[in-house]
Formats: sequence, C-alpha cells, structure tokens
Amino acid sequence: MTPEPLPALVVDGVAYAYPDGHQALFGVSFQVRRGERVALLGPNGAGKTTLVLQCNGVLLPGAGRVTVAGLPVVTEHLKEIRRRVGIVFQDPDDQLFMPTVAEDVAFGPANLGLRGPELETRVKAALAAVGMEDHAGRPPHHLSFGQRRRVAVATVLAMEPELLILDEPSSNLDPASRRELAEIVTGLDVTILMVTHDLPYALQLCPRALIMNGGTITADGPTADLLADTDLLAANRLELPFGFDPRALRDR
Amino acid sequence: MSTGHAHPLHLPGTSPLHRARPQCKLAAAVLFVLAVVATPREAFWAFGVYAAALAVLARVAGLPLATLARRLVIELPFLAFALFLPLVGQGERVQVLGVPLAADGLWAAWNIVVKGTLGVATSVILAATTPVPELLRGLERLRLPAAFTSVAGFMVRYLDVITDEVRRMRIARLSRGYDPRWIWQARAVAATAGTLFIRSYERGERVYLAMVSRGYAGSMPVLQDLAATRGQWLAALSVPAAAALVAATAWLVRP
Repeated sequence: MTPEPLPALVVDGVAYAYPDGHQALFGVSFQVRRGERVALLGPNGAGKTTLVLQCNGVLLPGAGRVTVAGLPVVTEHLKEIRRRVGIVFQDPDDQLFMPTVAEDVAFGPANLGLRGPELETRVKAALAAVGMEDHAGRPPHHLSFGQRRRVAVATVLAMEPELLILDEPSSNLDPASRRELAEIVTGLDVTILMVTHDLPYALQLCPRALIMNGGTITADGPTADLLADTDLLAANRLELPFGFDPRALRDR
Repeated sequence: MSTGHAHPLHLPGTSPLHRARPQCKLAAAVLFVLAVVATPREAFWAFGVYAAALAVLARVAGLPLATLARRLVIELPFLAFALFLPLVGQGERVQVLGVPLAADGLWAAWNIVVKGTLGVATSVILAATTPVPELLRGLERLRLPAAFTSVAGFMVRYLDVITDEVRRMRIARLSRGYDPRWIWQARAVAATAGTLFIRSYERGERVYLAMVSRGYAGSMPVLQDLAATRGQWLAALSVPAAAALVAATAWLVRP
C-alpha cells in the first residue's frame, strides 16, 4: 500500500488582523488534497483574498499555520513557497508588467534561477498550455482582456506550481473567453483553489467547494450539494443567477 | 480597453540598423549628435555631409524620407523660437527682401535650425529601428542604474492603462453633466487628478504584490544576453567617428 501523499494545502486555525486592527480571518481550517479542484465561495469582504495571500506568505498569520505540500509557510521558506503556490490575480494588468508576453512569462522562472534553453522551454510550454504561443513577442497591452487573463495564468504555470490559486478568474470575461478559460483550467494537471462568487463557474470547474463568510469557513462539501441548499446560500449572501435551478443540480 | 499601437515611432523591419545592438545604436546616435553640435556653423558643406549620411542610414533602415520629414515636424515649436533671433538680434544689419535682419541673429538661427534638425532626424531613425523595450535594455547595458530603466519600463507598460483610466473618469464626469470650461470650475479636475494618483499608487502596490508572488527579490532578472561583439561596436561607432572627422576638418579649413 502506498502512503497517502501529503495534502497540497493545509490551513490550520489561521487568524489574521491587518495592521490597522481590522480582523479579517477568525480561525480558518481546511485541507486541499493533491490534484483536487476546490472553489472558495463567499460574498465580498468575506476574507477570501486575505486567505489567499496567507497561502504564499505575502501575509503571515497572527495565529495558526499554513502548510504547502508539507512545507510550512514561514519567512525562511518564502522562495520555495512562492514557487509551489502560483496566484493568478484578478486584474491581469496588475500581473503583466513586463514589456512582452514572453518576458512576462519568463519573469517567475528566471527569479527561480532558470536561464537559457531551459527557461525558453518553460515559457513555450506555459504559453502553449493556455493557447497563447503565437503572441509571445507582443506587448501585453495589445492583447484583449481574455487573452491577458490567459497569459496571466501562463505566467504562473511557468513556475510549475503545486497549487494554482485563481482569484475571480471569470470576472470581466465575455462568455466565449469564459468557456475557453474553463477548458484550459480543466485540462491542467495541477491542484486548484478557485476564489469566486460566480457559482455556476464553480460548479462547472470544481467538484468541491468551501463557503467563507465573516472570516470563517461556514460550509465545506460537494459543490452541487452546497449550491442546492438555498438556505445555506442565503445565510452567506450568495445567490445563483436568475433562472438557474438548484434542484436540477442534484441530478448531475 | 485600448488596443492602439503604443510605440507609433517604431517601424518593424530586419535591416542591419534594426538588427544592431541597442546599446551600440544609442552610443552612436549620441556621439553623432555631439559631432554635429561641435561643427562650426559656417561649414555648410559639413552639414550637407551629415544630412547625406542620415539619408543613407534612413534608406538602409527602410524608412522613407517622406516619413522621416513628417516626423521632423515635432521640432517646429523650437524652430519658431529660432526665427525670432534675426528680428531681435543686435549689431550689423543685412537687408533681406527689404527687412533689416541682424546678421548675428541669422547665423544663430541657422545654427539652431540645422543642428536641431539633424539631431531630431538622428533620434527619429533610432526610434524607428529600435522598439522601446530594446532601448531600455540598451540603456541598461550602458550602465544606467536598473532602478531608472525599470521605472521607465513600468511607465511605458502602464501609460495605456492609466490613459484609459483618465478617459473613463472623464466620460463619467461628462455623463453627469460636468464639463468645466473655466478655471474656477477646476475643482472636479483636481479631484480627478487626486483620484488618479491614489488609483495608480494602489495599482503599484498590487503590481508589487504580483511580482513578489512570483519570486521577485529586488532585482529584475536579465533574460537575454545582449552583449555586443567588438565588430558590432566598431560598425556602429564608425558613423560617429566619420562625423567627428568631418567636424575636425571643418574646424581646420575654417577661413
């Protein structure tokens, strides 16, 4: 019998208050197994983004601990943690800051010390994974919004992370870009934590979901079950779009 | 979202000028302009040689002379100033079409016009053959501190994003019936500027966060080895060297 591999992410009793005294997280605990795709749902201001920044050590918890594939998120390990955890931020313009797409994708792996042909292979593979290899030499601001989001995903994939965190991946995307991104995400062989309040997108991409509200996890279960529980959603300020029938979800 | 071309001066191509290392081109351009400026203003023939050399370079780069001429228009405001000099100058007067003009002023105006035009033409050719990111890398190779080049790089990258934000804020203002025309109505414009500053500052923080999340530790990685060979340097510097020779000759044969 092979031993169970280490979970990709363990968040254990994490509490965090911002320097101005505003407390955003009150003892958050959950685990993500390797290869899982998990949605993190919650209304605005629930603490989702704060939690995400705990996962790569941009913020360090006031209490509790975060472990990524067995490695605790502490100052000594930050470099390795940031290789293991890739975050795709909400606004691709924040993420794409280099003069060309290829240089931007190379930024992360180059910081890890990769150079020459090895770096080139990484960049090519990451761009191919999001279908953007033909745009390598272009400046990011010449791309459409959907293309920029895909390149933002590539910049993180190029670091070959253990855990890919997507912050509101579907925001501002038109339906076609949204579908294209979904196809890319489902095709990736990597553990994914997807932060969103786009419930149908969560259902489409993630078999499991966590609901977060007021700085704590209020529910954890199969996405279809959670979305079918109207009272649970209402209690957490989550709503399905008009015409979306939660009862139909159970039969999927 | 803006999709406009951000570097309208660049003319894509594969000419030897396009392929030359940016640091060589930058150094050659600056030295060439120095040689032009150091030439005595009386040596008309020398300026003819410079102009011919630039025309040949433009030809090699595939930059049509008409385009080059159109891009020279940018110096017009400065030339307007030069035109004043013969009118207000002191000393000996010469009659030109019945208008008494100062001879000294005429010389000064000629000096500014010819050297300015040659200088602008040089930078137009440089800009047409070198994309902005490469220019920045060239400056880096010339030992400009990385802090300056990365700030300039971010500026180029985010100019469009910020311009777009300004445009949206202006439309929002207009949509609420506010179109200030007088200085005492400037309050909303000032508020817009303030908001823009805060937004850009916050964007800066988010960009930094994204950089740190991808392992940024204080210095930008050098992705491409752009070192120039001795031959490339020699080829590039032959142009300003020839110009320096012309300038020196002009001084020697001066009446």
